[in-house]
Parts: sequence; structure tokens; C-alpha cells
Amino acid sequence: MNPMIDVRAVTKRFGSFAAVDEVSLQIRAGEFLTLLGPSGCGKTTLLRLISGFEQPDAGAIWIAGEDVTGRPPYRRNVNQVFQSYALFPHLTVRENIAFGLRMQKVPAVEAGRRIDEVMELVALTGFEERRPAELSGGQRQRVALARAIVPRPAVLLLDEPLSALDAKLRKAMQLELKQLQRRLGMTFVFVTHDQEEALTMSDRIAVFDRGRIEQLGTAADIYHRPQTAFVADFVGEANVLRATVSARQGERIDLILPGGFVVSANAGIVPPQARKVTLSIRPEKICLTADRTDARGAVPARVEEIVFQGATSRLVLVAGADLRLVALVANESSLRSALAVGDSVACALHPEDLVVVGWE
Amino acid sequence: MQALPTAASARAHARPPKVVGWLLLAPLLVWLAAFVVLPLLVLLVYSFCQRDDLGRVVFSFTWENYERVFSPLYLRILGRSIGYAGLTTIICLVIGFPVAWFIARQTPARRNRLLLLVMIPFWTNFLIRTYAWIVILKGEGLLNALLQYGRIIAEPIELLYTPFAVLTGLVYAYLPFMILPIYVSAEKVDGSLVEAAHDLGAGPLRAFSSVIIPLTQPGILAGVLLVFVPAIGMFAITDLMGGAQVPLIGNVIQNQFLRARNWPFGAALGVVFTLLFVVTYALAQRRRRRHA
Repeated sequence: MNPMIDVRAVTKRFGSFAAVDEVSLQIRAGEFLTLLGPSGCGKTTLLRLISGFEQPDAGAIWIAGEDVTGRPPYRRNVNQVFQSYALFPHLTVRENIAFGLRMQKVPAVEAGRRIDEVMELVALTGFEERRPAELSGGQRQRVALARAIVPRPAVLLLDEPLSALDAKLRKAMQLELKQLQRRLGMTFVFVTHDQEEALTMSDRIAVFDRGRIEQLGTAADIYHRPQTAFVADFVGEANVLRATVSARQGERIDLILPGGFVVSANAGIVPPQARKVTLSIRPEKICLTADRTDARGAVPARVEEIVFQGATSRLVLVAGADLRLVALVANESSLRSALAVGDSVACALHPEDLVVVGWE
Repeated sequence: MQALPTAASARAHARPPKVVGWLLLAPLLVWLAAFVVLPLLVLLVYSFCQRDDLGRVVFSFTWENYERVFSPLYLRILGRSIGYAGLTTIICLVIGFPVAWFIARQTPARRNRLLLLVMIPFWTNFLIRTYAWIVILKGEGLLNALLQYGRIIAEPIELLYTPFAVLTGLVYAYLPFMILPIYVSAEKVDGSLVEAAHDLGAGPLRAFSSVIIPLTQPGILAGVLLVFVPAIGMFAITDLMGGAQVPLIGNVIQNQFLRARNWPFGAALGVVFTLLFVVTYALAQRRRRRHA
């Protein structure tokens, strides 16, 4: 099947700085794809290249089987939800939503019906005659959403639309957006710097760094199998460790951590030529036992800090001058009640939880 | 019972007593009374008076001056004044709007520099600037010389003392009054609103008419008012650059007071003229209020 959006080796420079550096990306029809990355990584620039507010210096952009490179935004079948919402202050809620239909010259009767439908969809019925200034942040967000989907674009582009909302409302809107996208079957391209938001909503995530896509995959892929140290560190929390390859023993391979601790990994994940590897392990994957054991794959450590986080506690563990680990422990567990700062613990790093994110 | 005086004193702290407010306003009120209200009253009284053969004002009531104001001759001059002022306003708007919009879309540092360029001519005396235009437009002036040098014309053409010269002078004098208020409005327009309009399918013209114009309307109205109203009464430019060939209402009033020494008639013209301003202003205000 043809992709809905086909970004072909697109480069965009501002001066000598390449905001988007030869990026290729195919977005499927009906998919919720998130562009995730820190600020200044080029994700918003890519979105603006798709919407037509910026034109690429090299490469091409295809939307719904058509080459739209060089076309202005008003000749592209995509609509955007702006970070600032960009609602027209001189128009009422209804007039704002009607704007796109008016430009498309949709007959008044049909336009009226579609506006009523979309207002019900985003739960704004009754607010038709209000001005944007008379609405709350969440309501404005819904108007922006309604205004962008009512012309039935092939793709909806969302530029950090939830960043201005408070934490609780943001969580609720994440679920609503995802449900809305499923109901409409519309392709959503969502830009955010919030990895949690990306993991919650996306079918696929493209992690951006310095104008390039570091990794493209499902939320589970990105979280459990990060391919680079940047992705491991940016998406969720990760312990990124440098290790030296020691001996191969069939299915297993021994890796030596700083301080001389030996852990085992699946041989399949370490490239044959690798002498040194960078490993990643999620804090919640580190298994702690209160008694010291010198078993294989268990690193003895001292608890340096315990931070209460609600359901879990975050433990900072020191296993030597060059080796610090972060682990998560459930607060209701017997282990947690047995631990205090200064205690000795054994940290088991299971082979299946270790991911190689770099090697040399 | 104890609470009442406390509440009253709290209110007194929050808002200064009325006497202080009036005292602070007093200089302005005195100024307005002495230099606006009083002269207008004198004007109003004179406009119903007669004059003797020596040009002195005689205090006996007459409608004669107003009858003369509404005679075809003066109505035509008034109409011409409104025409020139209207044309000046339109030209200023057409030139000034893009300039104001362009400046408002620049980075803040560049904005200030460009605004400075708009205002620099004001540091030169008005008469000197107008004389500079005479040097440019006269028969053996700069513009003619340039056109002849470029072999666009063979003989000098008459530019000065024509309606064209008057319009040029008026537009030149009032253009900044159009640019500045529009700039103030345009600067407040969030660029993403224009992008949103484009995004929803509005081409440049539609985005301009349905988003940019409505959002800059307060500035446009203020600019129109600031140009149109004083342009009707302008006499120095018409005198200097029109060579009194195309008398406007301002010239007529000036003449009645200074040369013809017919103060009552000049006063009547002035009163009608002032009423015209008030009506224009009231209409613009009503439009603005309806917009808000």
C-alpha cells in the first residue's frame, strides 16, 4: 500500500544549520505517528515542511500519492493544530470552525451539518457563539481540533497541542485524541518532546535528534529495544553502561562492566566484531535482593539515595567509582520496606533485559 | 458598628479622594478651556455676527454667514477639500498598509530601525520639507531634469502648482500618520493566525481580507481618521505647492481671517468645518464600537 505521507531525503537548512538533515519517512494511512525529540531537534521543522509553511532545500514530499513539494499550504490537503491554537480572535467558535469549509465553498446546509457534528464530537455544543477569549485552555484546544478536522484533511498535523494544558487535563486529552483518531480513521502526525505522551498515543514513534531520525518503531520497540544510547536515554529512563566483551560461550557472552563486574548477555545482540559495547537497561528491570550474592550477573551495590515517587521509589545505587545504577522498586513490596540508605544490595541484570545501543 | 469606618477608610486608601483627582486633572482642564472651548465659543458667537466696512466685528445677529457657507461656490470648495482629503487618505492607506505590515513582521531590532526611518523626516521643519518638494517638482527642478536626462521627456513638464503637486505634498505629509497606527495593530497580530488561514485553504487574498484586515481594523480606522481630518483643513501645502490654483477650504478660511478680514464669515466656515470633523469622528467611533 502506498504511504499517506512520503518524505524523501528532505533537507532544510537555516543558514548553515541543517534543521532537517536528509530525512526519509513513510507514514501509513490511518496511522498515529509521533515525531519525538528534544527542542531544536527538527521535529517541528519537519511538520512545517509537510504542512507547507517551509519548503525543503533538497528532497521531495508526497502526500496521498501526489508530489506536493513547492506547493503552498493552502493547496495541500493537510490541516494543522497549532501549539498556540491560533484561533481567530475576531470570530466566534462556530465561525472559526466554519473557516475551512468556507474556503472550500462547501454549501451552507452541508457545512452547517458538519459543523454541528464536529462540535458534538469534541463536546463543544452550546459554545457556538462564544469568542476564543471567553474559553478555557482545554476548550480552545478542542476548537482548534474541530477547526482542523472539519474540512476532512488527508492528514492532521498536531504541533505540541497539549503542552499548554495542565497535567491532569493533558492526560485526559491524550486518551481523547487517540480515541478520536481511531474513530475518524484519519492519519495523525503528532509532534511532542514528551516521551510519555508519545508512548501513550502513538502507533509508531520517530525519535529525532539533531535533524535526523534516530529510530522509527512502535512504542514497545522504542522502549524495549532502543537502537542508540540517545533513544534509550530520551525515551524513559535508562541505565547506559559501557562494557568490554570478554568471552563467548555458545548462546551467552560475558561482558565486563566498569569495576570488573561480569554480566551475561544473549550472544545474538552483540555484533561478532564488537570489542566494547554500550548497554542499556531500564531501571524497573534491575532486580534487587537484599542479601549479598556473588552470583553471575549480580552486581553488589550500596543504596545511596531513595526518592519517593508515589507508586514506586527510585533508588540510586553505587557499585564502585565508575558504576552507578538507578532502579525502581514498588513501594508496597517487602523489599522496599527492608531497604534504607546505606544498605547493601545485589543487583541482578538479566540477559534478556540488556540491550546493546552501541559498539566499537 | 465598628466595622463600618474601617471599610470606609480602606476604600479611601484604595482610591484617592476626588479632590486630588480633580487637582491632577486641573492643568489639562484649564488648558482645554482656555485654548479649545473658549476659542470655539468665540468662533460660534462671531459666526452669527456682521462686520463693518473696516472689517471690525459688529455684534448684531445674522444668518447671512451660514447662507454664504452653503452657497454653491463654497460647497464646491468644501466638496473639493473632501475629495482631496479622501484621495490622500486612500493613497496613504494603499502605500502605508504594506509598509506597516512589512515592518511589523520583522525582528524587534529591525522594527525599531525601520520605524526610525519613517519618523526621521519629522525632525526637519515642515516648511523646509515642503520647500524641498518645490525644488524637486519645479520646472527646472530635480524630477524634470532627471526625466529629461533619461530622455523620457523632451521639454520640462509642469508639475508644480498642479493638483498632482498638492496630492504629492499631502500624501508625503500624512503618510506616517497612516503607517504608525496600522503598525501598532499589525504588530499585535500573531503570525500563526495568518498561517492558520493559509492552512485552512485561504490563499493570500482571502487570508488578507478575512484575517489580516479584520485584525488590523482598529489601526486602519485610526490611521484614516488621523489623515483624513487634518488633510481637509490643510492650507500650507495647497498654498505652497498648489500656488493657490486649487483653493481648498483651509485656504478660504485663512483668507477670510487674514486678507479679506471677514472674521464672521471665516468663523462660520470654521464652525461648519469643525462639525464635519465631529460627525466623521462619531461615525468612525460607532463603527469601531460595533466591531468590538
